[in-house]
Parts: sequence; structure tokens; C-alpha cells
Amino acid sequence: MITVTLTVNGRTYRADCEPRRTLADFLRHDLGFTGVHVGCEHGVCGSCTITLDGASARACCLLAVQVDGSEIVTVEGLASDGELHPLQESFRKHHGLQCGFCTPGMLATATELLKENPDPTDAEIRQAISGNLCRCTGYQFIVDAVRDAAR
Amino acid sequence: MKAAPFEYLRATSLDEAIEALGTPDARALAGGQSLVPLLNLRQARPSLVVDINRLDELSFLRKENGRLEIGALTRHRAVETSAVVRSEIPLLAEALGHVGHVAIRNRGTIGGSLAHADPAAELPAVMVALDADFTVRSASGERTVAARDFFLGPHRTALGRGELLTRISVPSHRGGWAVEELSRRSRDLALVAVFATVTMTGEVCESARIAVAGAGPTPIRATAAEASLTGGPMTGDAIALAAELAAAATDPPGDLHAPADYRREMAAVLTRRALARAKEGA
Ligand SMILES: Cc1cc2nc3c(=O)[nH]c(=O)nc-3n(C[C@H](O)[C@H](O)[C@H](O)COP(=O)(O)OP(=O)(O)OC[C@H]3O[C@@H](n4cnc5c(N)ncnc54)[C@H](O)[C@@H]3O)c2cc1C
Repeated sequence: MITVTLTVNGRTYRADCEPRRTLADFLRHDLGFTGVHVGCEHGVCGSCTITLDGASARACCLLAVQVDGSEIVTVEGLASDGELHPLQESFRKHHGLQCGFCTPGMLATATELLKENPDPTDAEIRQAISGNLCRCTGYQFIVDAVRDAAR
Repeated sequence: MKAAPFEYLRATSLDEAIEALGTPDARALAGGQSLVPLLNLRQARPSLVVDINRLDELSFLRKENGRLEIGALTRHRAVETSAVVRSEIPLLAEALGHVGHVAIRNRGTIGGSLAHADPAAELPAVMVALDADFTVRSASGERTVAARDFFLGPHRTALGRGELLTRISVPSHRGGWAVEELSRRSRDLALVAVFATVTMTGEVCESARIAVAGAGPTPIRATAAEASLTGGPMTGDAIALAAELAAAATDPPGDLHAPADYRREMAAVLTRRALARAKEGA
């Protein structure tokens, strides 16, 4: 067991885990951030995408011990003071949620996209979210939501 | 699935990492973007994982004597977005844009991608096309391996036990260049990808470099195709011939994603497109 310290959504957590524990399982099962959704466990589906030290990352493709000392934002950290993040609000408005499984990863990916490119074209939005699988195939609504939130 | 148990060492110095990598079945852990999925699927079961992420001395990017020196631990995204890379070796920046999605490139490292040696990966082929040199370090010192001698087979490299890839040295290239890639999903590993550079004097091709990914056990350097172009005018016919020669040099795998014949045919098509575009930019 190794002690891992992480700052998640602005609060610092310490917990013991085995070296083989992925960051996704550590956040979800050990720290209780169940918004971290575990799908494929090999980086393809994107549902475990979180923000790690300011940049998007797949939580299933990292060991928790590897990122000891990092700062993480999960979907639970997007809303503040009871107000949804503009992207969350837009996903709700445009029915971009569907079943909700891919949503946390989509939001992390879209947050990074809008940070780097505040006025993306539809093609750029599609390119950015093409690494996140939506099994409801609700992509059009998600693209609409991201485009609208960018305004 | 979940990984099988392993011992873990967070290396605090290069020497410590190298010594630990001498342990049988030890594996270095860089970005983890290939190794952690392999662990999760139990396709890799190392006895010891040596985490090199704290070795800041392996993370750098600088211009030196007309070459770009890249530390093995430098993240894909840092190289891709670097202004120096965009001006000195735009082919490298463009190729990196095809390496997975941004979330993968934020964590994956240049050295990790090369050491992983996936025949369908972009970076190994790019390094072969650009005639890069790799520095490899072990307890007995450093050695330099040319990119074209580094890749021995699928996921097999010239790295021995206790050796760490530390530095990648790439000559600048400002002539024409192009990346042409066919994949099943945008930013996935290539079914086939072609990386080409061309320099011209007037209408005459001075040099051409062509490397193909996804079409053999290692990246394939299409030397016969290059030779057929060098010293002559780059006409449509010359390009078509070079494309046929490049395809003939491939030894593509056939799998459920694409049969071998299709990959070979696409190697010709993509080479033709890549050379035409590289010529335009030269
Ligand atoms: C969903 C997904 C999509 C991807 N798509 C692509 C793609 O389209 N194209 C592509 O090229 N790649 C792709 N990748 C792989 C990605 O590029 C990885 O970043 C890369 O292959 C491995 O780099 P890493 O730093 O993460 O290495 P790790 O995963 O940490 O290590 C990979 C291997 O290299 C060894 N290693 C690492 N560093 C060194 C070193 N310095 N010296 C010696 N050995 C070392 C490790 O022991 C291990 O065997 C994808 C990955 C995922 C998860």
C-alpha cells in the first residue's frame, strides 16, 4: 500500500492504495467521486476523462500512485455555488445528456476545448469529442450544446 | 479487468531508474497511455514498475546545431504545440496531431511512444522518415541508435534490459512535407499512414524521404521509391511510380480491420497524395 495525496475539486484527500489501482478507481471507489465513469478501461471510450493539473486526461490510463500530489477536477467540481457550469446548463438545455454515462468525460473534454478555442467550428467540436464515445449516439445534441455554451 | 499486482518504484534519479530496470521483468512507466491499458488487460504483467515521471531532466525541448533535442519524457502535447517544432519540423507537429486524442497527448510521452514501438503508431515512422537518432542510457553508459536500427518488430526495439531511452535528436526539416493517414476513427492508430518530406531545386527533386506506418512489422522506409525520385523532375508519372515502389516495399498485416491487399493498395494511394502535397510545399 502507498499513500496518495490528491487535491480534488479544491479539497485535499489522502488515502492508501495498491500501486495497481488506476486513478479512475481511486477517485471513484476510494474517494467517492462517482462522476468518474469507468467504461472500457483502456482509454478508448473517454468516459473517465477528468482534468489533471489543468489538462484533460484519461483516469483509467493512469495509476493513482503516478499522479500523487496532483490537482484534479471531476464533474462534481464543475458547478459552483449551486450554479451549473455554462456547459452543464447548455447540455441540459440541448438534451446533450441522454443516458448520462459519457457526460462527465464529454464535459471535461469540452471544457478544455473551449478554454483553448473559445469559438470552435462544428468540425472542431466534432474532432474534439471524437475521442469520447456516446452509446446513445447523441452527438448532434452534444455538438449543439458545446456550440451554444461557447457563445 | 484490473491489473495483476506488481512492485512499484518512483525513481528520484536517472541512475536509480536504470539500476531498477535491471530487475527481470521490470518496466518503465512514462505517460502510462500504453502501459496502463496493457496492465489493466493483463497483457503485461511486470514484476516491477519503475515510474520515471519525476525525472525532470528527461523532459526538455531545445534547438541545438540545426537539430531538435527532445527529452524522452517530454509529453506529446508539449512537442505538438511548440513554436520551435512548428517552424523547424512542421511534419513532426502535424504527425503528433494524429496521435490519439488530446487527453492521450497530454500524458503520453515521445520516449514512451517510441519504446512501445507499435507498428501502426505515427512517431516511430516519423522518426525513421526524419533520420532521427536516439540516445539510450544504461549502467555502462550511453549509446546512440539510429531510428532505422531501433525498431526490430512489433513492440520490439533495440532497447535491452536496464536500458532507458533518454533523448531523441531530430534534424530540422524546412522543405515540403506531408502526412496522409487512413484510420477507422479520427485520431486512432493508423490502418496505414505515410510521412513524406521533399526538397526541390526548381522542378528537380533533390531528396525525398518516405516512411509508412501500419504496413509491416516495423515502420517501413521506402528507399527504392526515394531513389526513383531523386535527381529527376517530380512529374505525376514519377510520383505514381514512387507510390508503386513504396507499396511494394510494404509487408502489411491482414486483420479484421483491413486485409493486407487493401493496406498495400492504400499505401500506394497515400504515398501518391503525400508526395504531391510535399512537392507543392517544397
Ligand atoms: C485511446 C488511445 C489511443 C491512442 N492512439 C494512438 C495513436 O493514434 N497513435 C499513436 O502513436 N499512439 C496512440 N496511443 C498511444 C500513445 O501515443 C502513448 O502515449 C504511447 O504509445 C506511450 O507513451 P507513454 O509515455 O504513455 O508510455 P507508457 O505507456 O508509460 O510506456 C509504454 C512502453 O514504453 C516503455 N517506456 C516508456 N518510456 C520509456 C523510456 N524512456 N525508455 C525505455 N522504455 C520506455 C514502457 O516500459 C512501456 O513498455 C493511444 C493510446 C490510447 C490509450
